[in-house]
Amino acid sequence: MDLRTRYLGLELKNPLVPSASPLSRSLDTAKQLEDAGAAALVMYSLFEEELRHDRDVMDAYLSNQSLGHAEATSFLPLHGDMASRQDRYLEQLQRLKQTLGIPVIASLNGVTPGGWIEYGKALQQAGADALELNVYHIAGDANVSGAEVEQRYLDVLKALRQHVTLPIAMKLSPQFSSVANMVGRLEQGGAAGVSLFNRFYQPDIDLDSLRVSSQLQLSSSAESLLAMRWIAILFGRVKLTLAATGGVHTHGDALKMLLAGADVVHLCSTLLLQGPKQLAHILQGMAEWLDDSPYESVEQLKGVLSQRHAGDASAYARANYLQLLDSYLPDAGN
Amino acid sequence: MNRMVTIDGNEAAATIAHLTSEVIAIYPITPASPMGEHADEWSAQGRKNLWGTVPSVIELQSEGGAAGALHGALQAGALCTTFTASQGLLLMIPNMYKIAGELTPMVLHVAARSLAAQALSIFCDHSDVMSTRGTGFAMLCSNSVQEAMDMALIAQAATLQTRVPILHFFDGFRTSHEVAKIESLDSSVVRAMISDELVQAHRARALNPEHPVLRGSSQNPDVYFQGRESVNLRYREMPAAVQGVMDRFAELTGRHYHLFDYVGAADAERVIVLMGSGAEAAHETVEHLQSNGEKVGLLKVRLYRPFDPVVLLAALPASVRRIAVLDRTKEPGADGEPLYKDVLTAVVQSYSAGQSHFAELPRIIGGRYGLSSKEFTPGMIKAVFDELKREQPKNGFTIGIRDDVSHTSLEWDPQFRAAATLATNCALFYGLGSDGTVSANKNTIKIIGEGTDLYAQGYFVYDSKKAGAITVSHLRFGKQPIRSSYLIGDNEAQFIGCHQTVFLDRYDMLDKAAPGAVFLLNSSVAGDAVWNTLPRRMQQQIIDKNIRFFVIDAYKVAHESGMQRRINTIMQTCHFAISGLLPRDEAIAAIKQAAEKTYGKKGAQIVELNFRAIDAALANLHEVVVPGKVSSVFDRPPVVAANAPQFVQDITAVMMAGNGDALPVSAIPADGTWPTGTTRWEKRNIALEIPVWDEKLCIACGKCPFVCPHTAIRSKLFDPALAATAPPTFKHMAVKGKEFPEGAHIVYQVAAEDCTGCGLCVDICPVKDKENPGRRALNMAPQAPLREQERVNFDYFLALPEFDRREVRSTVMKSAMLLQPLFEFSSACSGCGETPYLRLASQLFGDRMLVANATGCSSIYGGNLPTTPWAQDAQGRGPAWNNSLFEDNAEFGLGMRVAIDKQQEYAAELLKGLAEPIGADLVDSLLAAVQEDEAGIHEQRERVAALRERLKKIERPEARQLEALADNLVRKSVWIVGGDGWAYDIGFGGLDHVLASGRNVNILVLDTEVYSNTGGQTSKATPRGAVAKFSAGGKPTPKKDLAMIAMAYGNVYVAQVAYGAKDVQTLKAFMEAESWPGVSIIIAYSPCTAWGTDMINNHAMQDRAVRSGHWPLFRYDPRRATQHENPLQLDSKEPSIAYREFVSQETRFNMLWRSHPEAAEKFLGQAQKHALSNYQHYRQLAELSYAKPEEVKPAQAKE
Repeated sequence: MDLRTRYLGLELKNPLVPSASPLSRSLDTAKQLEDAGAAALVMYSLFEEELRHDRDVMDAYLSNQSLGHAEATSFLPLHGDMASRQDRYLEQLQRLKQTLGIPVIASLNGVTPGGWIEYGKALQQAGADALELNVYHIAGDANVSGAEVEQRYLDVLKALRQHVTLPIAMKLSPQFSSVANMVGRLEQGGAAGVSLFNRFYQPDIDLDSLRVSSQLQLSSSAESLLAMRWIAILFGRVKLTLAATGGVHTHGDALKMLLAGADVVHLCSTLLLQGPKQLAHILQGMAEWLDDSPYESVEQLKGVLSQRHAGDASAYARANYLQLLDSYLPDAGN
Repeated sequence: MNRMVTIDGNEAAATIAHLTSEVIAIYPITPASPMGEHADEWSAQGRKNLWGTVPSVIELQSEGGAAGALHGALQAGALCTTFTASQGLLLMIPNMYKIAGELTPMVLHVAARSLAAQALSIFCDHSDVMSTRGTGFAMLCSNSVQEAMDMALIAQAATLQTRVPILHFFDGFRTSHEVAKIESLDSSVVRAMISDELVQAHRARALNPEHPVLRGSSQNPDVYFQGRESVNLRYREMPAAVQGVMDRFAELTGRHYHLFDYVGAADAERVIVLMGSGAEAAHETVEHLQSNGEKVGLLKVRLYRPFDPVVLLAALPASVRRIAVLDRTKEPGADGEPLYKDVLTAVVQSYSAGQSHFAELPRIIGGRYGLSSKEFTPGMIKAVFDELKREQPKNGFTIGIRDDVSHTSLEWDPQFRAAATLATNCALFYGLGSDGTVSANKNTIKIIGEGTDLYAQGYFVYDSKKAGAITVSHLRFGKQPIRSSYLIGDNEAQFIGCHQTVFLDRYDMLDKAAPGAVFLLNSSVAGDAVWNTLPRRMQQQIIDKNIRFFVIDAYKVAHESGMQRRINTIMQTCHFAISGLLPRDEAIAAIKQAAEKTYGKKGAQIVELNFRAIDAALANLHEVVVPGKVSSVFDRPPVVAANAPQFVQDITAVMMAGNGDALPVSAIPADGTWPTGTTRWEKRNIALEIPVWDEKLCIACGKCPFVCPHTAIRSKLFDPALAATAPPTFKHMAVKGKEFPEGAHIVYQVAAEDCTGCGLCVDICPVKDKENPGRRALNMAPQAPLREQERVNFDYFLALPEFDRREVRSTVMKSAMLLQPLFEFSSACSGCGETPYLRLASQLFGDRMLVANATGCSSIYGGNLPTTPWAQDAQGRGPAWNNSLFEDNAEFGLGMRVAIDKQQEYAAELLKGLAEPIGADLVDSLLAAVQEDEAGIHEQRERVAALRERLKKIERPEARQLEALADNLVRKSVWIVGGDGWAYDIGFGGLDHVLASGRNVNILVLDTEVYSNTGGQTSKATPRGAVAKFSAGGKPTPKKDLAMIAMAYGNVYVAQVAYGAKDVQTLKAFMEAESWPGVSIIIAYSPCTAWGTDMINNHAMQDRAVRSGHWPLFRYDPRRATQHENPLQLDSKEPSIAYREFVSQETRFNMLWRSHPEAAEKFLGQAQKHALSNYQHYRQLAELSYAKPEEVKPAQAKE
């Protein structure tokens, strides 16, 4: 069975790629992922805010410790080898490259086309095989139009393109008026791939403290269907490579993504919940399903049930919505 | 080739010390701490010594400990050093005798500092060094930053050669902290100076079981004396040996020093002899006077011990007729200070022996100068030379003060300057301690010093306040090495930078401006309108001195260029652009290069921001067209209010205004006794924003006055009828509750001019506006528009009567906070985590409190003149305060208790003896008085008042005795207060003894987990994994559990508290501790600026410390055990957040992930484990049964 696929111009041994998560912070868990069969690894994200905060902290630490009191002109030792987050990220990238045989995709997360983009160059120099650019933008400003929001993505991509020659994947949110159009424009702007979709961690309200709280909510399989729809719509209409992300927990979830047209399938929550070995289970499940299927390779499987190829094209479009709602019946007893 | 560097004296000395040592034992003390910090940092970074190995740096618990460890390390054959000053040096004296007595080579580097006498002082004189004259250490003095490096090496070479240990000293602050351009010693020079053969000889003498010897024997009358005399030849030969080393050094570097260096006319008739940085000022003055034809000279003493009188005399021209010897020390009761007497003896001995080269016996006078860094200027030096001209010159004179009591002082011309200093370019900068002015100026010196041929000097005058501290930077640049070891004086500065507009009406900055100077102001007032924001006097000076006036809105530029509130680079750029020091383009390129060098490794972002700010600074710098006339309508306001007490008007206000130098001797209390309650007259107005009370939302919980670190928000309960005369904006509200009388009103009033704007009252406010949850019952608002209104309101608030202490329910927060605070407006850092505890104690017990305060932050914000926050109530009662030392505070407080108890006992005996004339009823009630609450104490005070009335009528000596002791019949509360450096480290032996004493004292440990006052060095309270000075790689060992040690005694009341995590537990602990008639100790978690985290997070940090298990809350009350209850009550719940969450929010911990990520993870793992097991341990202890034996079922006998 041939599981090989191509993503961002990289030849991968299979379509399973762990997405940005803390698992890449440790060489041990990264190695376990590789051993479990991961075809590539997206590193944890280097956040724009993190870099900015880091810069401020470092600046305060380096030059603003003094209160002006005669006995204490500073308070903390100035260590010569103080590594910034960027330094540590680059070091970890280099270590991952040295330890792993699979491609490593570095991940930048930010929303402004500011100076942080320049770090892309350092990531390229440090040996990243590709870059994922995660524009985690909440368009909360009523004065900013949808067009302006879209332009922001293009601007950030353009800025990054000026600094790197590596293939770039844009990780997108589903909140675009026209996802397909957006992806097409990103392709024109030089993106080598898109990753669908970014999950926004949703804030919550704590009824005890009357404060807004935020906590990590891991995904569930149900969420994967949103990405599946859009990948199915995009397949064959764009040339850039497609990654499915969010809510893939089982080999079934992964296979559906491939059938819809994904080139790779990202895994995160399931690995955090079950550990790196879960990847081997999913891979094995996929292989077994494929063995029993009429398909001989992943390449054959890709996009078989995309909108273009699906027998019922309306299944991915609005018409389907009415049917579904009408067909909904409450469980017995409710 | 030696390279030029710009460093300070501490770094210069430490560089050589680190390079030539294997074992460095350290302990922090101002101004020597940076030497130890450098050594520790360099070793942490793996910097190697001359022999290619990294020196081992170890921090001890005190200087005494450091000296002991050094003695041991030396005996085991290592090359050792240490750094100290002042009291620290005194603690080393016993070991210094031993080390010298055993002929052990080492160099001890001292940044000379005043000793604590009538008061502590961190500044420079030689009283510490002079106290060690008898130890047998040789003494070598450096006068400048260059010499601090050179002499450090000469001392190291000489000690190895002679085996006599050497105390190498230089002036604290003036040299230790002066940044200067000097020639660095190349390691090849150091290599050539240090003989490995002599190092091997030292090692060969080490204690070694392979060839054992005994040292440190006990000798008897038969041989001890001879033993002391056995070393004479070494001391006799040492000066020549040192000169030999100096000669060798000269061959290598071209700088030729001598035991005594003479400067001046070859035919000089009048000569000054001195040592230390003052010799530099004297050097330039002598050259100036000589060039004007005066026959004057200067003798710089370098090797002070062993003292070589022959060489000294040989260095003086035979023409000398008059000699003035200047000592920077004071020996009360002596007929002269040490150097004077040494020189006098040398001259007279030689003359009387007929060996003198002087035609006649010179007239020799001695004088004192420069105590506690008092300025020593060319004018003063000239005054001494002038005095020598007089027929009957004054002996035992002083110079630099006005002595109107014993009339020792000489007059001087403050304007007199030598040509050398007039040739330098002088610049002054007035900045806030926190705005980065000093670091920018250090950077400027580096740029000029290392990028041009100019010499540079920087000296920084810091504040004695911590919150809103002001720094004045004195910078000089010149073509020749700069010897001006004094501040920039009036009419001298070619450039004056004022970085904050609030200084305009506070300091007479332009007094310092030279004619034609440049004045740069950071102001938000645009364009030429800025002219009328200057006080009239300043405008006049600008016109009269033809000063060019530039303005920039640096905060706006900083904000717009992404630097937030960091204005230092912007102001620095402006200085470069308009001072003319360097061609403008060259200057700007140099600043950019420096920014790249400083920040380049840490991120291109910071560099880019700096570049942007530099360009924007130039674009926004404007020259103001100076009108020809004064047009302002205001001048500097009076320093204190007109109703301040006379002492405050006459003396304190002068000091506040920065004119303390002008106060004569008669103005200063001779025994160090000063009035309390003086901070209230010092209106500092440092808050940009203050809290505004919304009485419609307030629930009167009392939390805001409880947490306020500056006692700047207060509550009072009053009869609403009194509010009829209230100012129109004075707010108050009706308050209900069983704690309050019916119909009472309450007010929470902000002292707008005393608030530091920390925002912690707003942070703690539990109320949320239902309509606008972001709004609370307190909300921050800009201070300036509210200042006048709130000043009137606060005055009105103060005039309202205090609530009767007897009516207060002290265990209920909102009620307890009605008690008048007797600790107010301290100079502690904004948001300080210590001061709320002190204010609380002052509220609860202030009217009967004696405070023994260990040296540290609390003694500085508590007792650093001009003012003190310790205050008095309307009856004139309040805490009586003293600071003895750092190391002895527990014993100091215990002494107070023993004295009070003894006097109480004696008073009781006198009462009994006088029962008849006084009246048995009164005597019985005085003796039987129960003073367990406010009412009981109040009644006893009334009885004592009655007693005094009756005693007046009794004509017996015992009655007079009892009058003097009667106050002791009223309960006294002794508080022993200090930080963790004192309690865990230097004072622990004494603290332990006091814990064991059983006496009625209360110990308050303000635990900031580092030595805060001296700049954040590690103590045994520092948690594992925290980065602190002396633990640059993270502290590898856990924090000492002081509470557990105290609990082991069983009869000590122990509480561990964190007021920001659980306020009522803190309140209870204070009440219980004070009521326990034995020893009590409260260990109080005190977040600190030294942790590197914004203090607005103070309460959150306390909360996380408790919830992570780092700081469990508990109270151990021995009274409970007597009632068969477990004495230990655990007041915090099982750890509910991960330790990682606690450490990740605090810079002191999370910085380790940047420098030593693996160690950081390891320490985190260990600390997490410890936090959990420690809590379990406490819980198990708290769950032990203390039931009566009969209630415990006997274990069933085994069948």
